[in-house]
Amino acid sequence: MSKADIRVNLCGVELKNPVITASGTFGYGQEYTDFMDVSALGGICSKGVTYVPKYGNEGRRLAETPAGLINSIGLQNPGVQHFIDHELPAMLKLGPAVLANLGGASIEDYEAGAALLDATEVPLIELNISCPNVKAGGIAYGVKCESAREVVRRVRAATRKPLIVKLSPQAEDLAAMARTCQEAGADGVSLVNTFTALAIDIERRKPVFNNLYAGLSGPAIKPIALRMVHQVCRAVQIPVVGLGGITSAADAIEFIMAGATAIQVGTANFLRPGIAAEIAAGIQTWCDDHGVKDLNKIRGCV
Amino acid sequence: MAKHVTQAPVLVMDRVTGTVWRLRAGWDGPVRAGQFFMLRGWQGKDPLLARPVSVHDWGAGWVDFLFEVRGEGTRLLSALRPGDTLELTGALGNGFDADLPAGTKVALVGGGIGVAPLLGAARALRAAGCAVTLFVGFRDEPYVLESFEALGCGVQLATDSGRFGHKGFVTDLLNPTEFDRVLVCGPEVMMEKVARACLAAKVPVFVSRESHMACGIGACLGCTCHTKNGPKSTCKDGPVFPGEVLYE
Ligand SMILES: Cc1cc2nc3c(=O)[nH]c(=O)nc-3n(C[C@H](O)[C@H](O)[C@H](O)COP(=O)(O)OP(=O)(O)OC[C@H]3O[C@@H](n4cnc5c(N)ncnc54)[C@H](O)[C@@H]3O)c2cc1C
Ligand SMILES: Cc1cc2nc3c(=O)[nH]c(=O)nc-3n(C[C@H](O)[C@H](O)[C@H](O)COP(=O)(O)O)c2cc1C
Ligand code: FES
Repeated sequence: MSKADIRVNLCGVELKNPVITASGTFGYGQEYTDFMDVSALGGICSKGVTYVPKYGNEGRRLAETPAGLINSIGLQNPGVQHFIDHELPAMLKLGPAVLANLGGASIEDYEAGAALLDATEVPLIELNISCPNVKAGGIAYGVKCESAREVVRRVRAATRKPLIVKLSPQAEDLAAMARTCQEAGADGVSLVNTFTALAIDIERRKPVFNNLYAGLSGPAIKPIALRMVHQVCRAVQIPVVGLGGITSAADAIEFIMAGATAIQVGTANFLRPGIAAEIAAGIQTWCDDHGVKDLNKIRGCV
Repeated sequence: MAKHVTQAPVLVMDRVTGTVWRLRAGWDGPVRAGQFFMLRGWQGKDPLLARPVSVHDWGAGWVDFLFEVRGEGTRLLSALRPGDTLELTGALGNGFDADLPAGTKVALVGGGIGVAPLLGAARALRAAGCAVTLFVGFRDEPYVLESFEALGCGVQLATDSGRFGHKGFVTDLLNPTEFDRVLVCGPEVMMEKVARACLAAKVPVFVSRESHMACGIGACLGCTCHTKNGPKSTCKDGPVFPGEVLYE
């Protein structure tokens, strides 16, 4: 029996399978090479990079909840130019399609970052308008359609690269937000970023994180993320990348049946390095076992 | 293979005192004193993350961990028994530099469970012919001192309760100028106090930092600390840092 075809086309870029590692959970790829065959992945997404380098947030940055993780990293990164000069070349050599995740504190920041990335070999840009952990920018552009329209339009003008806009579950009207991004020139959307959350240290009677609120990810958010991906898939014609709490091939197939073109694996990478490659292999096995000759046949069947 | 993930058999499980356990697991890879592993001793997604635990000691085909039960993760680790398996990712981090000339006088300073990584350091340093003294503070009952004594280390003990050794802080006992080098692991306040005293006395000091961790391999940036050389990951660039990059 011939093997199922699980290749996907994401905004004109061919991925050998639909599994991409999510921004901020896979470093710049290199961190995982001791533990797994990174080339077995469909894609790898960089940590969020910004035009201006950032230390990120002070104080504690991680807290665990039942089947979830709250993070307050705050986009620690060496800046887009450093990324291009030092991290990107090695990342491109790993094999999977590379997504550069771009953040920014202002529209000008986003534009400048996109212009720099436009001159590189990176095949895809993921525009992060959904980071809950930075004071300026980030999620500020991801809640109201009008502010998102402006950033996407301006970044669209700054680059010819395929542009995937990463949406926040905090968007006022997610379907409308996705349509707005499509109208403003996005080639695809990805969702979800983390859910804005809070943890309190009752002994200190203070929030756990200096920044007060932080982002919840992991298996705890999966059913809500899946519903949101399903809604967005029905609202737009461009490809949708689904993520939020995926830890197994079965989870990934759920997102694809909900309509996602590709999926991302985030927090699960912290369960065990190598899990994303296991998920890709698991999708292959599931398709082979179920006589699904082409993964595209099951997409959006729900 | 160097760093990797493995399903390791639990070989020995000892209760050292009330809440402190020693777990010996099967492990064949290379290890350095002061490195750590991510341990996962349960099925399923809760707890979601593996737990960082230092290498306490090691030998051919095994690695020992010494840990204190603090929450659900360490409670589940303490419930493991010989014949069970646990998932180990490691060995991670930089570890202590034990490649010192014979005769070097080294002080190891530990607070509570911070004594855990110092045993491996003591073994490596003794093997190199260094003179090693352990300064260690506990709340009340001391543990694993005999492991250090068996290696021929001097032991200076302090307890908060005064039931054993000097009543008070272990830092009261240490005079850095009597040593060529100091390694320290324990509560942050203690480490800073020791490091500053050493820096003032111009004695090289190395600190094993702790931080909440998710990945343990430098990917999540959850364990970043400020250093003189810019932001560093405790898990990948550390956990051992020269005192002067953290505290000057
Ligand atoms: C590099 C490294 C080496 C370590 N080596 C050892 C060791 O050899 N032996 C040992 O007993 N412990 C060690 N620890 C600490 C150990 O990882 C934690 O005690 C453990 O993760 C707690 O998990 P839990 O589920 O039992 O408790 P949780 O419920 O997760 O936590 C219990 C309490 O401890 C706090 N806490 C948990 N993890 C940390 C942390 N990493 N830093 C500061 N506070 C924390 C929590 O905020 C909470 O208040 C090490 C930590 C690091 C980072
Ligand atoms: C530690 C951590 C760091 C993250 N950093 C970023 C980031 O820099 N940019 C971004 O777009 N998303 C970031 N995210 C969000 C993830 O990419 C993902 O959208 C989210 O965690 C939900 O997926 P998951 O449940 O599979 O983790 C981060 C998440 C975590 C846990
Ligand atoms: S724990 Fe993830 S970078 Fe250190």
